[in-house]
Amino acid sequence: MTQIDWSKPRLLAKNIRKNFDERQVLKGVDLEVYPGQIVALIGSSGSGKSTMLRCLNLVEELSDGQIWLDGDEISRPGINEDEVRANIGLVFQSYNLFAHLSILENVKLALTVVQKKSDKEATEIALGWLDRIGLADKANQYPDKLSGGQQQRTAIVRAVALNPKLLLLDEVTSALDPELSGEVLELIRDLKVGGTTIVMATHELSFAREVADWVIFLDQGVIAEEGEAAEFFAHPKNARTKEFLTRVI
Amino acid sequence: MSQSEISEAQHARETWRVSRKRRSTLTAIVSTLAFAVVAWLLLVNTPGWSRVQTSFFDWDTAVKAFPRVLDGLWLNLRVLAFASISVLVVALLLALATTLRNPVLTPIRLFAKGYIDLFRGTPLIITLYLVGFGIPGLRIEGLGRIAPEILGTIALTLTYSAYVAEVFRAGIESIHPSQRLAARSLGLSYSQSVRLVVLPQAVRKVVPPLMNDFVALQKDVGLISVLGAVDAVRGAQIEVAHFANFTPYILAGLFFVLLAIPTVRLTDWLAARMAKREQMGTVL
Repeated sequence: MTQIDWSKPRLLAKNIRKNFDERQVLKGVDLEVYPGQIVALIGSSGSGKSTMLRCLNLVEELSDGQIWLDGDEISRPGINEDEVRANIGLVFQSYNLFAHLSILENVKLALTVVQKKSDKEATEIALGWLDRIGLADKANQYPDKLSGGQQQRTAIVRAVALNPKLLLLDEVTSALDPELSGEVLELIRDLKVGGTTIVMATHELSFAREVADWVIFLDQGVIAEEGEAAEFFAHPKNARTKEFLTRVI
Repeated sequence: MSQSEISEAQHARETWRVSRKRRSTLTAIVSTLAFAVVAWLLLVNTPGWSRVQTSFFDWDTAVKAFPRVLDGLWLNLRVLAFASISVLVVALLLALATTLRNPVLTPIRLFAKGYIDLFRGTPLIITLYLVGFGIPGLRIEGLGRIAPEILGTIALTLTYSAYVAEVFRAGIESIHPSQRLAARSLGLSYSQSVRLVVLPQAVRKVVPPLMNDFVALQKDVGLISVLGAVDAVRGAQIEVAHFANFTPYILAGLFFVLLAIPTVRLTDWLAARMAKREQMGTVL
């Protein structure tokens, strides 16, 4: 297992707020993620987990707060958001593979268009990743011919192939049955070993306990409790956390 | 149990299905024949049928008018080829222009929107007159005399590209926003996500409605005759005047129908194939 580098945070988010019209979804959330660390965001539906991830990737406009990536403020006015997004991978619950492209082309697209790699190099990288998830023989298949688990693993690999500084996973197993989510969780374990820094919103509490270093419980747009995974699950302190954990497990 | 052995129950079911199918085919044939006979009897018993028959359906006139009408049809086909290509190109540019977000390009976006509003609303015949008689009326130096079929092609392109641009735009809007979200989250710019992710999927989706517009264009190329181009319709008109008989019009009409049938069948086939892909097997 790779060591976490505590010297300086990979991602720092302060006082993140997000309103949709009158509704406050995030009411001032702070987050610190260190290189190699895996942070799990848990909480009931509507607690703001997905919104938080989208804010970090800048696909959602902040209502307040600041975000730094490797010490560089990415929430400042005038920043090139496309460049930031290329450094922060985001994977969705519904996979969102590009339907008109084969899975190889899905993985290659941003490599060639955003990172300007040659077609040959992009193909090599993409095939390498598809091989790692056992889908190299299906490289020329289109997404609708694959199982949900295969599609989701491809979606994760599509983001990871860009070698992002941070990978955001938004309930990536929620649309899958236990067997297929097992394949996806296996890939996340694999990425952890490889040292990928991950923030994941998840309902898989046992998986969060196993793989996450730090767990954050979001409740109604604020952090109700956070702590080291083992401690968090063994001795929850907050009443809301205890209620949530007994309800879910 | 092997594949060929079927149970008693399945055997009874299949026998029943076959008999039902035979019965419904038979009913369809009898009903269609009866309908055709009734329609025919009603037509031939109208008081003026014999006159209409000689002035609209005269075999000798049809044979004599045939070469000129066919010759005109060749012009229609050439106009159709040029017009459909230029319609596709202009419409795609217009549809893309309406998706522009860069403020510098706002005038282009507004122009595209105005163009679409204008030419979608103007009757084709008025656009034809305006282009067909307006452009030569400008007496632009060095342009010389422009053939009416070229002016007709321009007018058809103006009108149809506005329609087709709207078809493309509908296709672009039918692609789920999550596709663009995924593209943007990978670092693709707005225009890259439109060009590489949204547009290729949109174009595939709008093939059947595009074919529909193509069928409409196939007929409307006959309207260039109002500018004096000697196409199938104009050719027929000349023959009508010559023989004092309307049969050449029927002949030209038949040519256009024959032209449309393959396209219509192809459209149906494409639409059915896409529907099949989308609903995976159900027949409801």
